[in-house]
Amino acid sequence: MLHYSNAESNPSLNLELMQIKEKILDFFTRKNKATSGGGAKAIEKQKAMGKMTARDRINALLDPGSFAEYDLFVAHSCKDFGMESKELPADGVITGTGTIGGKPVCIFAQDFTVAGGSLGLAHARKITKIMDHAIKLKMPLIGINDSGGARIQEGVNSLAGYGEIFYRNTQASGLIPQISVILGPCAGGAVYSPALTDFVFVVDKISKMFITGPEVIKTVLGEEISMEDLGGARVHTAITGNAHFFAHTEMECFDMIKKLMSYIPWNNVEKAPSVKPAPPKSNYDIAKIVPADPRKPYDVRHVVKAICDDSEFFEVQADFAQNIVVGFARLNGETIGVVGNQPLVLAGVLDVDASDKLARFVRYCDAFNIPLVTFVDLPGYLPGVDQEHMGVIRHGAKILYSYSEATVPKITVILRKAYGGGYIAMCSRHLGADFVYAWPTAEIAVMGAEGAANIIFRKEIMEADDPEEMRKKKVEEYKEKFANPYVAASNGHIDAVITPDETRNLLIHALQVSKQKEEIHFNKKHGVSPF
Amino acid sequence: MDNSQNHAPYAQLIVDETRYETKLTAKYKNRKRFEPKNEGQVRAFIPGIIKKIFVRQDQKVSENQPLFILEAMKMENTVHAPKKGVVKGIFVEIDQMVTKNQLLLELE
Repeated sequence: MLHYSNAESNPSLNLELMQIKEKILDFFTRKNKATSGGGAKAIEKQKAMGKMTARDRINALLDPGSFAEYDLFVAHSCKDFGMESKELPADGVITGTGTIGGKPVCIFAQDFTVAGGSLGLAHARKITKIMDHAIKLKMPLIGINDSGGARIQEGVNSLAGYGEIFYRNTQASGLIPQISVILGPCAGGAVYSPALTDFVFVVDKISKMFITGPEVIKTVLGEEISMEDLGGARVHTAITGNAHFFAHTEMECFDMIKKLMSYIPWNNVEKAPSVKPAPPKSNYDIAKIVPADPRKPYDVRHVVKAICDDSEFFEVQADFAQNIVVGFARLNGETIGVVGNQPLVLAGVLDVDASDKLARFVRYCDAFNIPLVTFVDLPGYLPGVDQEHMGVIRHGAKILYSYSEATVPKITVILRKAYGGGYIAMCSRHLGADFVYAWPTAEIAVMGAEGAANIIFRKEIMEADDPEEMRKKKVEEYKEKFANPYVAASNGHIDAVITPDETRNLLIHALQVSKQKEEIHFNKKHGVSPF
Repeated sequence: MDNSQNHAPYAQLIVDETRYETKLTAKYKNRKRFEPKNEGQVRAFIPGIIKKIFVRQDQKVSENQPLFILEAMKMENTVHAPKKGVVKGIFVEIDQMVTKNQLLLELE
């Protein structure tokens, strides 16, 4: 408190103190009003939908008491459609800085209780200001989306606002981590900001994302669909792949964000935080996970858990294109990006969705200095007219491009099958892998024994007295000769044949010796990747 | 645990003549099967409303002759005959809403 001993005896000073007090009181009145969101009724409605308020969300995600707000008093300047008399507290979005795990982040949260969280120019400029801040100060940006969309009354100005956000999302891409949290509707143009960010989190029954909503679809196309079936959380985690993480509640979602952030670096020049190394848990016996028969399924995530620290694997896009597995883990306390074919689903083949998922993850890891470890076991690409017509050629090319382009340490472990184009694509030596290991169960070949024998020995099989018998014989012959890692090893395509038991130690070794890895960059703006 | 091997929950996927035991995804099971195009079938190329019908049953039509006005996305689109032939069947009425790929007319 201010206290001047001579205040009583000095009337002019007394007056001044009164004025200061008044101003401070006025400030608190204004602040209370601006922080009250859309008022008690709107907040009650928000809570009735099972949603937290924007401020509660920020406080729940950031370290307690760490939030410092910016631009509380920003107001819109729209003079049309009666907007001139409408006061919108904080203009429907709360922005500022705070910390997660003691480290600084920039954050914005749209406030659905204020004009439906609609985006006008002032609202957008609050967001772009905090984005500029995050870019300049090289810290992660977290955006909590809960908005009915453009503020129609502001017309083209709200479109301008979206455009300015997209521009910054793109500028920030690969520079700082950008995380989008969809905690309400996110429709029309609004969906493109999350789509440009690194990771999108959705919550069951709360998140809704779509370009055109059910009503428009019904009037224009005559198709009836619920909002949930069109663009609910499950749709985007399992079918479209637009979202990366699914949570049942908002609180669970915030825990997942914190967990993700424990694995990633704060910007593109920093390294991911190291933690205390921990051995894998003993309940994963690495020697017993992969069946010798290449036709038998198993869960590749068990291999990852059997190798990585504390048997922890933080999977990304777990429900989408499950034939490929991507995510973060640690080896000797250091973050790695894990990619693995999943023989449990679609035999682990590559297809349009899997290619997209894999390539994006590889590019993320490369942008943020996270070494890549790839576990290979795949029969090749998924055959089918639909795949060909969906463009599996250009999508599949994304895998080749992203692996070839990545300059972080790249380590590949061939667990079992590595056939044909799939072998090349899965971070082979030929695409620049720094270390390629193969287990004794590995089969590095142009295709599986059955297919190969049928082509190579077609004539012998056809002309034999007992074609079926001859076919079997030739398949066995081919298996004997080529279904192993030694042909590839004899050509130096792989560096070493290793046992499952020694895999962890060799991976740790490979990471240690490649810490200083440097690759020569050609002087070009950027490649023309098969987006 | 023990007879899980007999009742393995796995389907089969064939790649290069090898049968792999694996699970299939919903997306894979729901994939659209390829159907060769039937030149005589006229289908809606866009969802919309039939505003006009220019031909009758058993009428002879020439290639590119207008068959329908299909209003979609506030645009009036003309649907033309893909080849010359005789109208074997008309399967829509005026003001009927049609979905994409719905069969409108068949030529012989």
